[in-house]
Amino acid sequence: MRRGALGDRLLHAYTWLVIVWLSAPIAVMILFGFNDKQSKSNTTWQGFTLRWYAELFEISDLTVALRNSLVIALVSTVITVVLGTMLGLALGRHRFRAKGVTNFLVFAAISTPELVMGASLLSLFVSANVPRDANTVIIAHVLFSLSFVVVTVRARIVTLDLSLEEAARDLGATAWGTFRQVTLPSIMPAVMAGAMLSFALSIDDYVVTSFVNGSTVTFPLWIVGAVKTGIPPQVNVMGTLIFGVGVLIAVANAVVARRRA
Amino acid sequence: MTGLSAIELEDVVKEYLSHGEVVQAVKGVTLDIAEGEFFSLLGPSGCGKTTTMRMVAGFEAPTKGLVKLHGHDVTDVPPNKRDVNMVFQSYALFPHMSVWDNVAFGLKQRRTPQEEIRRRVGEMLEIVDLAGREKRRPREMSGGQQQRVALARALVNRPRALLLDEPLGALDLKLRQAMQIELKRIQREVGITFVYVTHDQNEALTMSDRIAVMNDGLVEQLARPRDIYERPATAFVAGFIGTSNLLAGTATGGEMKVRGGRVLVPGHDGEVSVTVRPEKIAIGQDEPGPELSGVRGTVAEVVYLGTYTSYSVSLADGADITVFRQNAHDSLAAAERGDPVWLSWQAQHSYVIGS
Repeated sequence: MRRGALGDRLLHAYTWLVIVWLSAPIAVMILFGFNDKQSKSNTTWQGFTLRWYAELFEISDLTVALRNSLVIALVSTVITVVLGTMLGLALGRHRFRAKGVTNFLVFAAISTPELVMGASLLSLFVSANVPRDANTVIIAHVLFSLSFVVVTVRARIVTLDLSLEEAARDLGATAWGTFRQVTLPSIMPAVMAGAMLSFALSIDDYVVTSFVNGSTVTFPLWIVGAVKTGIPPQVNVMGTLIFGVGVLIAVANAVVARRRA
Repeated sequence: MTGLSAIELEDVVKEYLSHGEVVQAVKGVTLDIAEGEFFSLLGPSGCGKTTTMRMVAGFEAPTKGLVKLHGHDVTDVPPNKRDVNMVFQSYALFPHMSVWDNVAFGLKQRRTPQEEIRRRVGEMLEIVDLAGREKRRPREMSGGQQQRVALARALVNRPRALLLDEPLGALDLKLRQAMQIELKRIQREVGITFVYVTHDQNEALTMSDRIAVMNDGLVEQLARPRDIYERPATAFVAGFIGTSNLLAGTATGGEMKVRGGRVLVPGHDGEVSVTVRPEKIAIGQDEPGPELSGVRGTVAEVVYLGTYTSYSVSLADGADITVFRQNAHDSLAAAERGDPVWLSWQAQHSYVIGS
């Protein structure tokens, strides 16, 4: 046999093991969305059904929680992308006072444990007398996803040829026209990546949200609350749908990025 | 050339702050570039030629001095309001746009009617020989094609002057020579003033109507290519353009004595420096007549270079003189290494700098 054949086979086995390890929870989630369960808990396979897809919105609290999560994720993503892109542009392109401090804060926001961030936000809101609701959740989500957008946009900006923008100016474009027609399309892949990252971070956040939600319930908060009484299969179905949309967006982004590159 | 000024620089100075120190990139340049002229700014890297051009384009503001386009002071006018266009060293083509959209970009900014955009972009792509490639992306094209897209994108706006920043630097030698001829043809066809920045003396000599040789933030000489080459104004110009030989000494009665010979410098007296181009010098065994400059030396090196042979001859005072001899009739060397030889040239080929 070839030299290293054993090593090759071990590598194959290991690779498959990792793939199974990573996808098993997702597979189980999808599978149990089709479980025709009779008992309260949804942990043993009892037969195939599409019932939970039909009754997806039967549990009104859960539906409200999902809608809250989607709205919060969308709003916080839009705010994060606009602010983060501007910050990334400034940090990647310009020299200004407090640039070092800003860079440090961006890094600090990434490295701060969520528990610390949640607790400090709560004490801030309490001492400033800000009522906790969906708005404070949005503020918190913008805070912890902002840095990721900044980092991706900044990385893209520093590799961008400065003369592209000069060429646009030279050809008669205004400052805004240059940004809209040249700069923004050039950094779009990074902006989209940042947007997806911040949406994903927002929609599944539990720790920070649990500090600042007040009486607003989000999808992850509802699930954790339901653990004791048993998680209904609708949660699996919603998880499956969210996962499916996520995969579609990722594939679409990859296709667009390949066409642009 | 019609004699009208397309671009005027009046005592332009550009200072930068670098690590807390003021650095002068351009130390007072005055230029008057005529309408329809092919004008080159030639010099080594860091001589201020690119900075000078960027001040014309409007990307840099002069610290002192005035920039005028067609008689109007544009020193404080932003680049998008100046009637000049630039071809960048990196081409700076918009990667997310097709060739067509790249070329149409400038016209769209000026809100040119659709019909006119279609016509002018089509015509321009015809001129640069890229018709039929409108839908390509820049990265799908070769370096030479990208270069022509960049040219078309600038020229389609019919600027009063086109600024080119080392536009052929990224191309290989064959393509560069082809593009030099192409550029000259396009310039004749569109009749626009070209300002060309380069560090390549051959490029400048081949294409230009006039050349400004720059060094250390100043213009050393401004003249036609032939004069730059044959009558360098300074030792720097003589050294930068082609190969040249430098001889120095004291002249009396129009003749400068050097060890092992004499150099004729009619009309000059006192301390003089003389440059002689290598191809003007004849190499032989016999002492030349009194009507010629002549010095004795020993052949130190013979290099056969195809169309000509290069001899390096050591003089008695230790100076080395380079001589080019055309291999016109035979490939036999005129002298071998170690041979004692006489070098001679006509009086008119001794060019005196700074007597």
